[in-house]
Amino acid sequence: MAEAAALRTQTEEEDIYLAPQWKLVWWRFKKHRLAVVAAVLLSFFFLIALFPNFLSIHDPKITHGKDSLVGPQRINGLWRFDPFVYDLKTVRNEETFALDHTPDKDTKFPVKFFISGQEYKLLWLFKTDIHLMGIETEDGRPFYPLGTDRLGRDIWSRIVHAIRISLSIGMVGMLISLILGVVLGGVSGYAGGWLDVLIQRLIEFIISIPTLPLWIMLAALVPSSWGIVQVYFAITTIIALLGWTGMARVVRGRFLSLREEEFITAARLAGAREGRIIFRHMLPSFISHIIASVTLSVPAVIIAETALSFLGVGLRPPAISLGVMLVEAQNVRSIALTPWVLVPGLIVIIIILSFNFIGDGLRDAADPYGGRG
Amino acid sequence: MLQFAIRRLLIIIPLLFLISATSFAILQAPPGDYVTSYLARVSMQQGFPVTKEEENALRRQYGLDQPIYMQYLKWLGKVLRGDFGLSTAREAPVNQLVKDRLLMTVSLSFVTILFVWTLAIPIGVVSAVKQYSILDYIATFAAYIGVGTPNFLLALAIMWVVLDLGGGYIGGLFSPEYMNAPWSWARVLDVLKHIWIPAIILGTDGMAGLTRIVRANMLDELHKPYVLTALAKGLPIWRVILKYPMRTALNPFFSGIGYALPQLFSGATILGVVLGLPIIGPLLLEATLEEDMLLAGSLLFILAGLTLIGTLVSDLILAWADPRIRIEG
Repeated sequence: MAEAAALRTQTEEEDIYLAPQWKLVWWRFKKHRLAVVAAVLLSFFFLIALFPNFLSIHDPKITHGKDSLVGPQRINGLWRFDPFVYDLKTVRNEETFALDHTPDKDTKFPVKFFISGQEYKLLWLFKTDIHLMGIETEDGRPFYPLGTDRLGRDIWSRIVHAIRISLSIGMVGMLISLILGVVLGGVSGYAGGWLDVLIQRLIEFIISIPTLPLWIMLAALVPSSWGIVQVYFAITTIIALLGWTGMARVVRGRFLSLREEEFITAARLAGAREGRIIFRHMLPSFISHIIASVTLSVPAVIIAETALSFLGVGLRPPAISLGVMLVEAQNVRSIALTPWVLVPGLIVIIIILSFNFIGDGLRDAADPYGGRG
Repeated sequence: MLQFAIRRLLIIIPLLFLISATSFAILQAPPGDYVTSYLARVSMQQGFPVTKEEENALRRQYGLDQPIYMQYLKWLGKVLRGDFGLSTAREAPVNQLVKDRLLMTVSLSFVTILFVWTLAIPIGVVSAVKQYSILDYIATFAAYIGVGTPNFLLALAIMWVVLDLGGGYIGGLFSPEYMNAPWSWARVLDVLKHIWIPAIILGTDGMAGLTRIVRANMLDELHKPYVLTALAKGLPIWRVILKYPMRTALNPFFSGIGYALPQLFSGATILGVVLGLPIIGPLLLEATLEEDMLLAGSLLFILAGLTLIGTLVSDLILAWADPRIRIEG
């Protein structure tokens, strides 16, 4: 027994010595349980972002004037594998004159899955009309699992589309800051000298001004005649222009410490070209740090976009992002009556927390040769 | 110390210059200038077009015919003397619009920092000393939520919960009866009654981060031999902690304050909109949306200037607290 155990630990140890770096990183990452949960959660959100049309029930832009501010409709009978929703009864409240929507328990509509509805293109390629769920009624009565907003648009369908936009802004913004950060940070750390001083002063300047006021003013300079796509890229660029400094600092710090390492000196003495030293010797040893700080920079971009759109200077309707949806929640009194307009905010928080957890896990795992358990 | 202070002041000057140039560039950016919008309004009111000569005369009067760098220098000269000019849309001097809001912005930041410090340091220390205790887990969890939740969403959620529980509206900094009253003791007390809510919400972000920093630094220090020595000599544990490792652990914490201020002002801007606070941020948003770029640019300059001054002050405090910084600079 004891021999077997000893043998096992020995092979385990051998495994550790033989494992390539990414495997060590993965082993360390797996230990961070919250990060793993967050990674699973986030992959769901990315799936949603890939198939918003399939998941949505209605066209997210269509308004159902009569169904303004309907509360989330409960799906009953899920545990009997016979899901159904009650019909909506709309009556005018005699005191407030507002429309009250109550479930009409006499009429049930079964919730059907993989139901055909509006036509769309799956992954921009395949024409289809299959949606995940929906109900079939003669008068085309809609179904709102998360309720509707002021204009009677289905919040569920809007959220799945908003997740695509918000996540993609996070990714695109991250990509722009990554390029800026790696290039400027790399130049700063590798070249040194006056270039380094210049770039460092620039970074100090950027982090010493409050970003949101500057973002607001830059975003306001985006012409109102621009289309959705142009505004999307303009806003993302504006956010990234002030967001690359953290990345540049990480890259510069890594370059500075690596420059003094023996294996770099050895490579240089062996006659390796600069490009080879950077890409073949330096890059692999700090790529995991970059991935970690990249992950941590995505939520910052998402928060920035949400904040700007919420304030009315970011994306503009008819574009749908989580921030644009939150404009509905600007009036506190309306939140008290219709709390479901806050759901996009909850989604933002979940996405941001997930990125943060994953980033933390990656940061701990980034240096698998380090001492910390 | 004096030498250090002078050196820090000298670093600030080019930064102020850059910030003023940025602000000026932004307030110049939209097409047309003050005269264009003014004349458009005048000819609309009079129903009579303004001639080219009259337009040029007006331009000359306002100095708008000069090259852009001259306009910038003139603007800068006025701004440095504390004169921000007239807001076109509001037809009031910028100074008058800003005065009270500036005071409120500074007060809110001050109260927030006070709140963050008085809580973050003890929580960080305790959760390091009692690592993996229930309190540590709660603090860690709260810190994650605090960092992950954007302030304005937190504010919205809190307002909703308070309204739902029948607590009424929690925004603003004044009760209605003090809204336009002149300053008095009663009014100051009224502000104090309101300011703690936005301060706590605004502080969650920074507090979460600072607690983590203090905790990590303390953990690094606690396992050093000098702590063991002090304990072995029989000093009571809390005295050891407060006297040695905590002082060292707080150092990197002080140096982070400079970076905390810009974040604080950013956060206050959007929180001010949500909670309806009479501070600079919301006015900046309004001015931007109304395309009153002179006001917006001035406000940006004021906010950035405030940040720089705050950073300078925190640097000086830090240098006073830690001699090593004075020397290394």
